[in-house]
Amino acid sequence: MKGRTLGRHFRESLKSISRNGWMTFASVSAVTVTLLLVGVFVMIMMNLNKVADDLERDVEIKVYVELTADETAITKLEQEIKETAGVAEATYSPKGDELKKLVVDFGEDLQLFEQQNPLHNVFYAKASNPQETQAVAEKLERLDNTFEVKYGEGKIEKLFTFLNTGRNVGIVLILALLFTAMFLISNTIRITIVARRRDIEIMKLVGATNWFIRIPFILEGMWLGILGAIIPITLVTLLYYNIYKVLAPKLEQGNLFQLLEFSPFIYQVNGLILLMGVLIGIWGSFMSVRKFLRV
Amino acid sequence: MIEMINVYKKYPNGIVAANGIDVKIEQGDFVYVVGPSGAGKTTFIKMMYREERPTSGDILINGINLATLKNSKVPHLRRQIGVVFQDFKLLPRLSVYENVAFALEVIEETPKVIRQKVMDVLELVGLKSKARMFPTELSGGEQQRVSIARSIVNTPKLVIADEPTGNLDPETSWEIMNIFEEINARGTTIIMATHNREIVNTIRHRVIAVEGGLITRDEYGGEYGYEG
Repeated sequence: MKGRTLGRHFRESLKSISRNGWMTFASVSAVTVTLLLVGVFVMIMMNLNKVADDLERDVEIKVYVELTADETAITKLEQEIKETAGVAEATYSPKGDELKKLVVDFGEDLQLFEQQNPLHNVFYAKASNPQETQAVAEKLERLDNTFEVKYGEGKIEKLFTFLNTGRNVGIVLILALLFTAMFLISNTIRITIVARRRDIEIMKLVGATNWFIRIPFILEGMWLGILGAIIPITLVTLLYYNIYKVLAPKLEQGNLFQLLEFSPFIYQVNGLILLMGVLIGIWGSFMSVRKFLRV
Repeated sequence: MIEMINVYKKYPNGIVAANGIDVKIEQGDFVYVVGPSGAGKTTFIKMMYREERPTSGDILINGINLATLKNSKVPHLRRQIGVVFQDFKLLPRLSVYENVAFALEVIEETPKVIRQKVMDVLELVGLKSKARMFPTELSGGEQQRVSIARSIVNTPKLVIADEPTGNLDPETSWEIMNIFEEINARGTTIIMATHNREIVNTIRHRVIAVEGGLITRDEYGGEYGYEG
């Protein structure tokens, strides 16, 4: 194929978009509605996933050091904890600090204990994969000079089960939505092409090859996808911008979890919306033309 | 030159539309194909531009055997043949100019040559002033002239017309026939299926009568030969 023919196909596809008026409008509307749904949904799901990750990251293993352990034993234990497979980080908190925390949380009365501190020295460890917290905790329990290891057993397992179910449900919902979107859009495009079935027959009679007929239709599908992505991209961007502006500062104070940063995230979502629009448009017209080329 | 050798065509529904046709058409001939409806006229015509493939036998057009021609080569065959239909078969969303230009775009002609050739051929059929109009804005006769312009813009050696005057009033039909005469005078072979008795009897050319899938009559300067 010569370069000018490709140019001709581009011009032809754009001409077809404008001359098909209502058919273009119908296809673009279908694309717009579905992409908007997908966009908003992906936005919600990815943020929920972020929240889940943040919650998981907050899970800590608390290693109580044996009261009898001296300084060298504690240094040795710290070394061992950090070298244990699956431990991401570990920080030491001497019993004096532990007491201060209690004083802050429960009041001045506890200051009495400063004379005779009954608390243990403590290591706070985090598993590099939060889902493996239990296994890591069991390993740490086996080390010398550990008095007790706690990680919120029971509660943690429930949280993880809940988060995992949430993630799986999200993935299934996104897939279902994508499938519906593809079905809906390709069907609309198919209707617009069925209306031009006669055109395809005529083109073949005049000596057009299959690719000569196909390419303008495929390009037209691509334009429909791009046009249909404009409104979803605008709305999703505005929506997330405002949500982020209101919620992010408040969540900052809570320090428990955060929304995804506006800047890279919104480009990723918009890129995804545009890519989906284009792919679905191309796929829809390719499948529909294929049917009528067997004349 | 066109040659059909023992051509036999049976449709899947059992109808035999060609039952052993042998015929030779020389370059530059003007041929009327006549006969009652359902006698195999349209099949005869359709096999020549490979819309239908013969069940057995050979069809040779300028040395190409259509009976064995691959599907992928069909577009190349069609570029060497101009086809005109009773229902014009114009692309409704394209202007007159674009409809004619389409036949040149498929052979990847340069824009300059396309403009030149399209305007020349539109002048020949007398539609130069309507180049920017769309098919629906034209009368039947004008649409048929666009269709003829499209069929000859690529200067094919053969033009096939399936009842080109079937949808037109008598006066317009004569105008269309004048254009075909002019094309034929330039050395182009014309094969025309028709029901128009008056035309066949007035502008005398070779007449091939098809009945029951067989050629029952083949004479130069013959008459239409059917009532009404």
